[in-house]
Amino acid sequence: MAKLRQCAIYGKGGIGKSTTTQNLVAALAESGKKVMIVGCDPKADSTRLILHSKAQSTVMHLAAEAGSVEDLELEDVMAVGFGGVKCVESGGPEPGVGCAGRGVITAINFLEEEGAYDEDLDFVFYDVLGDVVCGGFAMPIRENKAQEIYIVVSGEMMAMYAANNIAKGIVKYANSGGVRLAGLICNSRKTDREDELIEALAARLGSQMIHFVPRDNVVQHAEIRRMTVIEYDPTAKQADEYRALAQKIINNTKFVIPTPLEMEELEELLMEFGIMEQEDESIIGKTAAELAAEAAA
Amino acid sequence: MQDVENIKPCYPLFRNDDYKASIAAKREQFEENPGKAKVDEVFQWTTTKEYQDLNFQREALTVNPAKACQPLGSALCGLGFHKSLVYIHGSQGCVAYFRTYFNRHFKEPIAFIADSMTEDAAVFGGQKNIHEGLANATRLYGAEMIAMSTTCIAEVIGDDLNAFINNAKNEGYLDKDFPVPFAHTPSFVGSHVTGWDNMEEGILRYFTLNEMEGKAPGKNGKINIVPGFETYLGNYRVIKRMLKEMDVDYTFLCDPEEVLDTPCDGEFRMYAGGTTIPEIKDAPNAITTFLLQPQTLEKTKKFVENTWNHEVPKITIPMGVAGTDEFLMAVSQATGKAIPESLTKERGRLVDMMTDSHAWLHGKKMAIFGDPDFVYGMVGFMLELGIEPTHIVCHNGTKRWGKAVEKLLAESPYGVHGKVYVGCDLWHLRSLCFTDKPDFLIGNSYGKFIQRDTLHKGKEFEVPLIRLGFPIFDRHHLHRMTTMGYEGAMYILTTLVNAVLERLDDETRQMGVTDYNHDLVR
Repeated sequence: MAKLRQCAIYGKGGIGKSTTTQNLVAALAESGKKVMIVGCDPKADSTRLILHSKAQSTVMHLAAEAGSVEDLELEDVMAVGFGGVKCVESGGPEPGVGCAGRGVITAINFLEEEGAYDEDLDFVFYDVLGDVVCGGFAMPIRENKAQEIYIVVSGEMMAMYAANNIAKGIVKYANSGGVRLAGLICNSRKTDREDELIEALAARLGSQMIHFVPRDNVVQHAEIRRMTVIEYDPTAKQADEYRALAQKIINNTKFVIPTPLEMEELEELLMEFGIMEQEDESIIGKTAAELAAEAAA
Repeated sequence: MQDVENIKPCYPLFRNDDYKASIAAKREQFEENPGKAKVDEVFQWTTTKEYQDLNFQREALTVNPAKACQPLGSALCGLGFHKSLVYIHGSQGCVAYFRTYFNRHFKEPIAFIADSMTEDAAVFGGQKNIHEGLANATRLYGAEMIAMSTTCIAEVIGDDLNAFINNAKNEGYLDKDFPVPFAHTPSFVGSHVTGWDNMEEGILRYFTLNEMEGKAPGKNGKINIVPGFETYLGNYRVIKRMLKEMDVDYTFLCDPEEVLDTPCDGEFRMYAGGTTIPEIKDAPNAITTFLLQPQTLEKTKKFVENTWNHEVPKITIPMGVAGTDEFLMAVSQATGKAIPESLTKERGRLVDMMTDSHAWLHGKKMAIFGDPDFVYGMVGFMLELGIEPTHIVCHNGTKRWGKAVEKLLAESPYGVHGKVYVGCDLWHLRSLCFTDKPDFLIGNSYGKFIQRDTLHKGKEFEVPLIRLGFPIFDRHHLHRMTTMGYEGAMYILTTLVNAVLERLDDETRQMGVTDYNHDLVR
């Protein structure tokens, strides 16, 4: 048996991490791989397409009901969905209260202690909330956990900012352990020269754009039915895109310590591709009256 | 007023009229005192069955816990290694609490350090504290290893000890080869016994996980002893003595016996004794590993079995006759060494003492609270003595532990009145002591408040406390005693029977009323 590979998926909120992860995992499962998804987001939407459910019961929710996490059994929290994919959601509090990061730590510790990482697994995917906002959300990339990180990104400015910030977070952990950046997954928003731009960003980070996932409405059609494209319409062209991504991840060997960009470098890159305009320093801090006076002069 | 020529402590000073007047005035003017009648009424209500039923419906609230938190345990574990400095990553106040807790129990100075996380560390993460803390600690205190664990603040924000320690080494805050084993010990999970187990596993893992080459069970001919959260110093000594008498070579994997009992000879010893690093590294070569508190050492057991390939003997805590027999026979079986005449004779003496005291202990009803393995061992020995355990409270026990105690009770006719309360606190136990009065209560110093409250209802309701367990803050030197082995059973027996006799004297001391039984010979 090949060694268990643990991967964490990060990226800006709303970029399509959960959708991409589940489609990718469905493609891996289709090719015979044994996979587990661990949702690390209080919203608990990382497994709905695999399980056809609204939202899976989460570890933290069940623990709160049972009194403590020690009262839970593995089968209480783990569900099996499409292609035999094992699904767990860490869960966490409502927005505005408590500590969601601690929920991730508690859930992952629980899975370890209960032996969820069994020897049959080929892959574990952690689908992690938006940004690495606190130590809890870095739990999946601690020592002996995910060693490969994929960042989902698009050609939009804020998505690239977020990707660069995540790369900074990875460096912190990479210096002390084995965690590496394994590639950028471009989830297309159909911006101009998007593939070139993300390839350029990946190159600057010392990494690669592992796959360009084009935009296709079939993904939404499948989502409405709480399904992945792989399951909803295996013949769709988009399904092949996810299969291609899956194969590239299976064969991936390019694991690097990223070289995040300084803010100026990132802005230069964005300007080079016409996403950001050159700033006109001369107008900063001037009122309309002052500008009118200048124009009149 | 206090008189300089005759300084009095608060008792009896506050018995003076001026203090009585002052206290009464304070109550009158500043306390919302509902009056003695109301206070008495509420007090009486809290002693009823009706109140007990409400009390046991409590879901979210703990009143008077009978457990402490994880880092207290990890700190005790870290103390037991040679020149090992206990370092707690977290807030200062928590660590001050651990120090004073042990100061008060052991009457010894306790050297724990904290890296004093404050608000900015809570926001930005505690890496900077670890960097500077390790740099200072390794330069100032002459330690040869640092045992690091955490408090709640570091756990809630998700500080990663492994990464932070490695970063500190990579960035030159301390030597790369300076050992810093660590354990994550969130206070809101488990109890002090969990923390001890986590730290022990962290230390064994740190020194052996990647150095298993060429090691195999049996190579050094010794056995390993894992004491668990053990605060009776005599227990370290008695296990060593028994193994010596058996001619068995051993390694204690955590041995704070010296550092918690340093002599007063003008020299301050921050470190004393303790298991050395070479001993830990050699531990996988032992024949096997004995866990003295096996019900609370799950994580250590898993590591020892999976990484060292030791077949951990299935024993219970070596307390009482059967518990000690079981331990000695397991040691004999593992090492091939016979149990010597000296221990057989010691066992015989214990049995002789048990028969001597039997008439006084038979059928006495005693409630007990404490840590899981200790309570398990005590219940076993109480049944051997013919004592009837009644309320058995273990705040930090698991359901599995509860089942094991119930099984033990079912095996003896003295066990019929025993009822196990897992996860209950001392306020639950207080109710039980009112509604179903035991003759005595066995437990740590905190039990004295149950004795006070029951006495307040009336002398005939009083449940006297027998101090056995941890912590014992209000009696001196009991931490030096022994509760394990035949020797420990003798101490427990002596304590129990004399408590019974003292109480009997107390009740029969009234001249012309009860002194027909105020006997010279008991």
